[in-house]
Amino acid sequence: MDNRFVYADNSATTPVAPFVLEAMLPYYKEAYGNPSSVYSKGREAKRAVENAREKTARALGAEPGEIFFTSCGSESDNWAIKGAAMAGAEKGKRHIVTTVFEHHAVTHTCEALKEQGFEITYLPVTSDGLLDPEDVRRAIRPDTALVSIMYANNEIGTVLPIEEIGQICRSAGVLFHTDAVQAVGNVAIDVHAQHIDMLTLSAHKFHGPKGVGALYIRKGVRIGAFVDGGGQERGKRAGTENVAGIVALGVAIEHAVNHLEEHNAKKRAMTERLIDGVFSTISHCRLNGSRTRRLPGLVNFSFEGIEGESLLLMLDMKGVCASSGSACTSGSLDPSHVLLAIGLPHEIAHGSLRLSFSAENSMEDIDYILKVLPPIIERLRSMSPVWEKIVAAEKTA
Amino acid sequence: MQYSEKVLDHFSNPRNVGELPDANGVGEVGNAVCGDIMKMYLKIENNIIKDVKFKTFGCGAAIATSSMATELIKGATVDEALKLSNKAVAAALDGLPPAKIHCSVLAEQAVRSALADYYARQGIDPEPIVGKIDAGCDSCTH
Repeated sequence: MDNRFVYADNSATTPVAPFVLEAMLPYYKEAYGNPSSVYSKGREAKRAVENAREKTARALGAEPGEIFFTSCGSESDNWAIKGAAMAGAEKGKRHIVTTVFEHHAVTHTCEALKEQGFEITYLPVTSDGLLDPEDVRRAIRPDTALVSIMYANNEIGTVLPIEEIGQICRSAGVLFHTDAVQAVGNVAIDVHAQHIDMLTLSAHKFHGPKGVGALYIRKGVRIGAFVDGGGQERGKRAGTENVAGIVALGVAIEHAVNHLEEHNAKKRAMTERLIDGVFSTISHCRLNGSRTRRLPGLVNFSFEGIEGESLLLMLDMKGVCASSGSACTSGSLDPSHVLLAIGLPHEIAHGSLRLSFSAENSMEDIDYILKVLPPIIERLRSMSPVWEKIVAAEKTA
Repeated sequence: MQYSEKVLDHFSNPRNVGELPDANGVGEVGNAVCGDIMKMYLKIENNIIKDVKFKTFGCGAAIATSSMATELIKGATVDEALKLSNKAVAAALDGLPPAKIHCSVLAEQAVRSALADYYARQGIDPEPIVGKIDAGCDSCTH
């Protein structure tokens, strides 16, 4: 098998699909009007934005009036959490419940609120990266303003019991926000059936462009404006609309949801083959996160005795793009908080590898990874003093 | 983060990887919790570093700095090896990203640690000669 290029980092971002790009272009070229303008070019742009809002709402089982476009997932998370916190504080509620393994857009927002006097409860997760909904019930207090729990984890791909958590929050009368950035387009979502009050999504995770996201805010949920200014987004998020980006989000989410089952079947078959292949060719490795309750296209392994960044560099030399939770790739001295949260020792967390696929990948990509990965692991282990100790310890045992 | 061509070269074709069964100075620095461990083997004869090998668990920069450090001391005198600085290792690699400077410190300390072992094996207190070995994890809390 010749060298090939394999993009296996779709949880980081996805390529913009050609039909998405085609749908965007007219809004840069001919239909460049400002949606707030009264003349026909403005109205044309306004119609495009509203059309995208309808598509987005339909994909989530929501009403168009419940969809607010933003610039990214992080903005949506900030808005939902800070908005709910401020609304809660007016009623004396200054407690927030979240988990230990959220995306930094949620964790760091909660930390910022903590500085302002809010109290944050970080729920633990199990060793397979799941959460007991009963823990949520137990954590809720009379002064809880918000529960914010991710739909699916971005590093290990586990899918949390969102409907049960939503039910618990609804019966307790507590607002429930979910960061669904990794879930949208990969999991069937129905915000009403799942009792979700606010939901974050981002277009570039499902073949839309970067720089556009949305926040679903259930009708009746009162949170303040995030950007003050003009009357865009019903006065809650000012700023001239990113028309082409919003159009793109609309067509991308519609396509992703319409092909959900077909794409998921393909992705699941690919990742199952990858997991079996890795386990049968590489010793001393583990799959991080539940094998069954995970996103169909995402797998995360740990390989003992090696470090993730050097693994990524070697994979890159073979044309494979992936990511890792090692300290060297996280930009800090500690490995990923997600891997530590599921109980991995530091040295094992350093040797993690996340491979994430979209329906654009193929079985040939999987076979190629299975061909190049084992010799890379072997090579890195052959120069690793940590591996030497693992082998020596087993010999004496 | 951008690695120089030289770093990538020493990472993908590391020089002097392995072990030396007849080494007379062996040192290991770093720890697996931090994500970097370097082990260095020296074969010293008549005050000359005749041979050197290393094994490293760590990122691309950790492997490249170990490789470069071995190249810089191979054939050198013990005194010259004692003078090897992390700056010299980084410079020989055409620089390192700021977050990776600690890897060059670790490489320098790995050489010193192996030299300390060389002296200790001869019953000579290494500390006055080699100085204190620092694991290179100043900023590390582990």
